Amino acid sequence: MNKPLRRVAIFCGLLVLALLLRDNWIQYVRADELNAHPKNRRVTIERYANERGNIIVDGKPITGSVDSQDPYYRFKRTYFDGPMWAPVTGYASQAYDANQIEKIEDGILTGNDDRLFFDRTLSMFTGDKRKGGNVVTTLSGAAQKAAFDGLGDKTGAVVAIEPKTGKILALASTPSYDPSSFAGYSAKDEKAWIALENDKNKPKQNRALREIYPPGSVFKVVTAAAALESGKVTDIDAPTDTPEPYKIPLSTKPMINHASGCENASLNQALEVSCNSVFAKLGDDVGRDKMVETAEKFGFNAEQFTPVRSAASVYDKKSDRGGNALSSIGQFNTATTPLQMAMVTAAIANDGKLMKPYMIDKLESPNVDVIKQNEPEEMSRPVSAETAQKLQQMMENVVSNGTGGKADLNMDGVKVGGKTGTAQHGEKNAKRPYAWFISYAKTDQGSPVAVAVIVEDSAGTDREDISGGGLAAPIAKAVMKAVLKTRS
Amino acid sequence: MSVVTNTTTIGAIEAPSRRNTELALLAFAVVIPVFAYLNVGLAIDGKVPAGMLGYGLGLGLLAGVAHLVVRKFAPYADPLLLPLATLLNGMGLVLIWRLDQSPRIISRYKTFTPDAPSQMLYSAIAVAMFVGVLLVLKDHRVLQRYTYISMVAALVLLLLPLVPGLGADVFGAKIWISVAGFSIQPGEFAKIILAVFFSGYLMVKRDALALASRRFMGLYLPRGRDLGPILTIWAVSLLILVFENDLGTSLLFFGMFVIMLYVATERTSWVVMGLLMSTAGAVVVGSTAGHVKSRVAAWLDPFECLKTAPEGSNMAAACDQMTQVLMSFGSGGILGTGLGQGNSDLIGFAANSDFIFATVGEELGLAGVMVFLLLYGLIIERGVRTALAARDPFGKLLAMGLSGAFALQVFVVAGGVMGLIPLTGMTMPFLAYGGSSVIANWALIGILIRISDTARRPAPAPAPSPDAEMTQVVRP
Repeated sequence: MNKPLRRVAIFCGLLVLALLLRDNWIQYVRADELNAHPKNRRVTIERYANERGNIIVDGKPITGSVDSQDPYYRFKRTYFDGPMWAPVTGYASQAYDANQIEKIEDGILTGNDDRLFFDRTLSMFTGDKRKGGNVVTTLSGAAQKAAFDGLGDKTGAVVAIEPKTGKILALASTPSYDPSSFAGYSAKDEKAWIALENDKNKPKQNRALREIYPPGSVFKVVTAAAALESGKVTDIDAPTDTPEPYKIPLSTKPMINHASGCENASLNQALEVSCNSVFAKLGDDVGRDKMVETAEKFGFNAEQFTPVRSAASVYDKKSDRGGNALSSIGQFNTATTPLQMAMVTAAIANDGKLMKPYMIDKLESPNVDVIKQNEPEEMSRPVSAETAQKLQQMMENVVSNGTGGKADLNMDGVKVGGKTGTAQHGEKNAKRPYAWFISYAKTDQGSPVAVAVIVEDSAGTDREDISGGGLAAPIAKAVMKAVLKTRS
Repeated sequence: MSVVTNTTTIGAIEAPSRRNTELALLAFAVVIPVFAYLNVGLAIDGKVPAGMLGYGLGLGLLAGVAHLVVRKFAPYADPLLLPLATLLNGMGLVLIWRLDQSPRIISRYKTFTPDAPSQMLYSAIAVAMFVGVLLVLKDHRVLQRYTYISMVAALVLLLLPLVPGLGADVFGAKIWISVAGFSIQPGEFAKIILAVFFSGYLMVKRDALALASRRFMGLYLPRGRDLGPILTIWAVSLLILVFENDLGTSLLFFGMFVIMLYVATERTSWVVMGLLMSTAGAVVVGSTAGHVKSRVAAWLDPFECLKTAPEGSNMAAACDQMTQVLMSFGSGGILGTGLGQGNSDLIGFAANSDFIFATVGEELGLAGVMVFLLLYGLIIERGVRTALAARDPFGKLLAMGLSGAFALQVFVVAGGVMGLIPLTGMTMPFLAYGGSSVIANWALIGILIRISDTARRPAPAPAPSPDAEMTQVVRP
């Protein structure tokens, strides 16, 4: 019986060998694939197994971690002033993943980033619990608070930038949400998430970066910049050759001016009272290509990475003459994010130099060593210094004599420039218009702040009263004041 | 002329008993799990676990008692079997204890009771069983007498779970019986008793089966009346599968029978027929029984099946479980996460019984799994070696049957868990939580040790014959 016994022994050996081969297959060959599988909860378990690092504003964390004693996800994210900071931080939820800074800098915050390898190795030997690094933002708590409080229960967004550097100082969006409310994965978190998802007012939408609006009259500064840059206008106080009423090219429709005194108004005068006809004609005179070129130098038609991605603002590259004329006053297909308008303002306030907007100042390891320091970076020069100064002169005129009076800070040594906008939208402009305001403050040392404010459909305000000057300018003023106060 | 009864003139050479080798190996088999226990405690709580001393002493005591009994009652037994079983059992206890510490498993069940203490108790009973086998069974050939009683006993055991009131339907498989609050899995014991029956039956019938056959298409086919038993066993195993939802056990018994038949008759035709029959059976059952169908779907592509299976269905549950197990193995990688630091408890249900091998995979990694597979391989190898060394056909067949069944069980469980073959609900010998399994497997090791002792025992010294003279050694 020994011969079949030996054969059976070989068979048993083959069974064991098959198991060994199979084991190598799943644990060696397929290990990475299985480990990275989206159904594998170990990734999220690992993400919340240790205390997450914090996002920091003005040296103080605006996020926190709480030990929930939960058997699956140990630490839960908490947020201080969640609704106010949500457009900056994004959220980190055990059930719904993460977004914005929480997602982009997840590696640093969880401590898994390769740049933290040394810290990890060190804590392995010292036996310390692994901790995440910190993300230090460029934001200013005071400016953010002014922006958020200014918006109040109105729907809208505020972006404030330091023109010299491109540092984002405020990034507010209302209505907002509290990321703490769905940071866990319980039934309560699910309810909060579903409620937010179904909310008609879209509180989760980051209006400051991801929503594009028709800019209306605030776009006129871009048209003015294009007119000056192209040499169509050299003297801002010289009358332009604008008929009243002005007929839109390729159309029989006359351009409606809400303002009076627009016939042959000078560029300065036209911006002060916001003449549609003058800017539509200028846009047509400059031509589509030059308009597109100028708009794109300001950042239109491209996504911005702050590093949180913004939506791309639009200046139509294929419009006909009529469309181009309408686009030039911020209507037709022109659409912009609040961030984009803040960039335009910042570039003008910074004498024509557009700095790349960013909101992460530096990344720190758990023991506060700097891992990465972001430096200001020039993005483009949309206008010459000379043009920029002319634009500043005109915008300051808007605040001191025109529609932007409510933004005047009345501070010694501080000049304020601005532009109002009331953007019509909807079918036949039936919906309540958007109120825009862009402005900057400037001292002898250059400009510390440029702001763009948009207030959407503001319930409770008479349609006639909706104007950039009335609704949005006070918010911009409050933000600029907050920034200037922290500077002095 | 006087009748010469014994002409041996050379005294028996004492074969080395290897008991000290066994003792040294046993020391490792106790120390390694104790370190593993310490490792788990340090990883989970950061301090030396309170139960370590008790656990170490307990395991040491069991190993010591088993060793002393072997030393006294089976002095020539194979020295590897006992340490291998002790090591696997000890590691199993550590793994079960480790899963007991999982806050997820604790929070999942409203009334959570740790399984490790009861497994410790079962292990003690199992070692008592092992000792009992060695004490009672002085010679394995005694078992031959119980051939037909064994057959009846095995069938009764197998059919018990079908008795209303006695059988307990647990999670879809009717393989448990419930007596006085204890659940017993009779299939585990039936495995050994059936091996006894097969050995006894085949030893008697082997010549008829091997020789009285007709040649047909190059194969030797046996006569119909000799073919009867294999058909009966095949039918019984299918019945068990159909009525008890137990694919693993039927495969195990059938495989064991074919192996033993092949060894007894030395006819390849049995193997071919066995393979054909099991393939046919598998195809029929796989395409009709829904429960098997979902296992097959979960085996073919668990991730895909998870997407297509209707939510909340059995199939979705089977596929989800399979994906969890595979991800457990995948997360382990080459060296594993380390004992106590994995997330294999995500598997949920049956993490410490049917799927305990996934915990090995995740926490000890590829290296650990290969070590465990090789440990099992070594037990099988020692079993086959025992069969080769056995002097009597009954012992050969029994040793081969038991180690073949052991090999098949390891293959079916580990292969199922690793997705090599469709999953069947069987226990990993010694590792998995479960009293029946650990007791039956210790009994199995006991019988193998008894056979190997008989096989390696030197022939009894001949009685001195007064008629024979010692040969004179002539020195040059």
